[in-house]
Amino acid sequence: MKIDPIHQFNIEPLFTLGHIGNHTIAFTNSSLYMFVAVLLIALLMLASGRDLVPGRLQSVAEISYEFVASTIRSTAGSEGMKFFPLIFSLFMFLCVSNLVGVIPYTFTIASHLIVTAALALLVFFTVLIYGVYKNGLKFFSIFVPHGVPIYILPLVMFIEILSFFLRPVSHSVRLFANMLAGHIALKVFAGFVAMLGFSLGALGWVGGVLPLALTVALYALELLVAFLQAYVFAILTCIYLNDAIHPGH
Amino acid sequence: MAESHGEAKGQAAGAHTEAEGGHHGGAFPPFDSSNYASQLVSLAIAFVALYLIVSRIALPRVGGTIDARQNKIEGDLAEAQKLKDESDAALKAYETELANARANAQAIGNETREKLNAASEAERKALEEKLAAKLADAEKQIATTRTNAMSNVRGIAADAAGAIVQQLAGVTPDANAVNSAVDASLKG
Repeated sequence: MKIDPIHQFNIEPLFTLGHIGNHTIAFTNSSLYMFVAVLLIALLMLASGRDLVPGRLQSVAEISYEFVASTIRSTAGSEGMKFFPLIFSLFMFLCVSNLVGVIPYTFTIASHLIVTAALALLVFFTVLIYGVYKNGLKFFSIFVPHGVPIYILPLVMFIEILSFFLRPVSHSVRLFANMLAGHIALKVFAGFVAMLGFSLGALGWVGGVLPLALTVALYALELLVAFLQAYVFAILTCIYLNDAIHPGH
Repeated sequence: MAESHGEAKGQAAGAHTEAEGGHHGGAFPPFDSSNYASQLVSLAIAFVALYLIVSRIALPRVGGTIDARQNKIEGDLAEAQKLKDESDAALKAYETELANARANAQAIGNETREKLNAASEAERKALEEKLAAKLADAEKQIATTRTNAMSNVRGIAADAAGAIVQQLAGVTPDANAVNSAVDASLKG
C-alpha cells in the first residue's frame, strides 16, 4: 500500500467557471470548502436563537462574538472595534475551515500558501492604508522607536521597516506551515498503522498500536493547533491594526 | 515532495503577478501556481460574502441579543435596587414609627401613673385628716365623759362617805366637810 501524505493537498477542479487572461478559473475542492466554511459560519451566527437565556448553538455564537470582541479590545483598544467585522470574519473563516480540515478526507484551505498570503496581504494593506488615512505621515513614526540613542537609530529604523514589510510573510507562513506540517505528520503516522498491518501481518497489527496511539495524540494536538493558529492570525491582525490606530505606541 | 525550495519561493512570489499557469503537473500542490488564480477568485468571493454576512447581519444580530440581555439584566438590577431601597425606607419608617409609639406609650403611662399617684395621695391625706379629726373628737368626748364621770364619782363618793360616817358614827356629817374631805382624798 502506497502512502502519499501530499495527496490531501491536491487541488481538484470540479468545474470550470471561466477564464481570466490565460488562467482557467475553476471551482475546485478548495473553493467548495471555502463556501462550506462560510455556510457553517452563517448557519452558526444566523440560525441560532435570540433568546434571553441562550441555548447551546446560541451560546457558541455569542461566545465567538465576545471572544473576538474582547481580543480586539484588549489588544487594539475600543477604537479597534471598527475592524470587528474584518477580524471576526478572518478568525471564524480560519477557525471553522481549519476545524473542518481536521476531519479525515476533507480539504484544509489554509494548507495553501496562496490563501494565507492573500489574507495576510489583506491585513497588511488594511493596516497601511488605514494608518496613513487616519494619521497621515505620523503613521510612519512607528518606525522610529522612542528613547533610542541617535547613533543606533538608523540601524533600528532599518530593522523596524524591514520587520514591518516582512509581517505579511511571517503572518501567512506561520499559519500555512502549521497546517501543512500538522496534516502531513498526521497522515504519515496514520499511514504507518496501515503499512505495518499490510506488510507484517498479525505482528504488524500489534505493532501498529504505537503509531495509532501517536495518531490519536497528534489528532488532539491538531485540533488545538487548528483553533490556535486561527486565534494567532486574528490576534496578530489586532496587534498590526493597533499600530495603525495608535502609531505613537 | 520533489520540489526545490528556490522554485517554491519563486512561485509564491509570483502569486500576485502574472504567473504563467497550467504547468508543473506533479508539483507540490501548495506551490503549484496553476491553481493560484482559481483559489484567489474563490477566496475573494467567499471572503467578501462572509464579510458582508458578518458585518451586515450576523454581528448586529448577535450583538443586539447580547446588548438586549445586558440591558435587561441592568434594568432588573436597577429595579431590584429600587425595590430594596423602598423596602429599606419602609423599614426605617416603620422603626421610627414604632419608636415614637413606644415613647408615646411610655409618656402616657408615666403621666397616668403620676396622676393616679397624686390622686391617691390626696385621697389618703383627706382620709387621714378626716380620721384625725374623728380621733380628736372621740378623744374630746372621752375626756368630757371622763370628767363627767369623775364629777359623778365625787358625788357618789361624798354620798357614800356621808352614809358610811352615819352608819359608823350615827351622826350625819356636815355636807361641806364631807365634800372637802372627798375632794382632798380624790386629789391626794
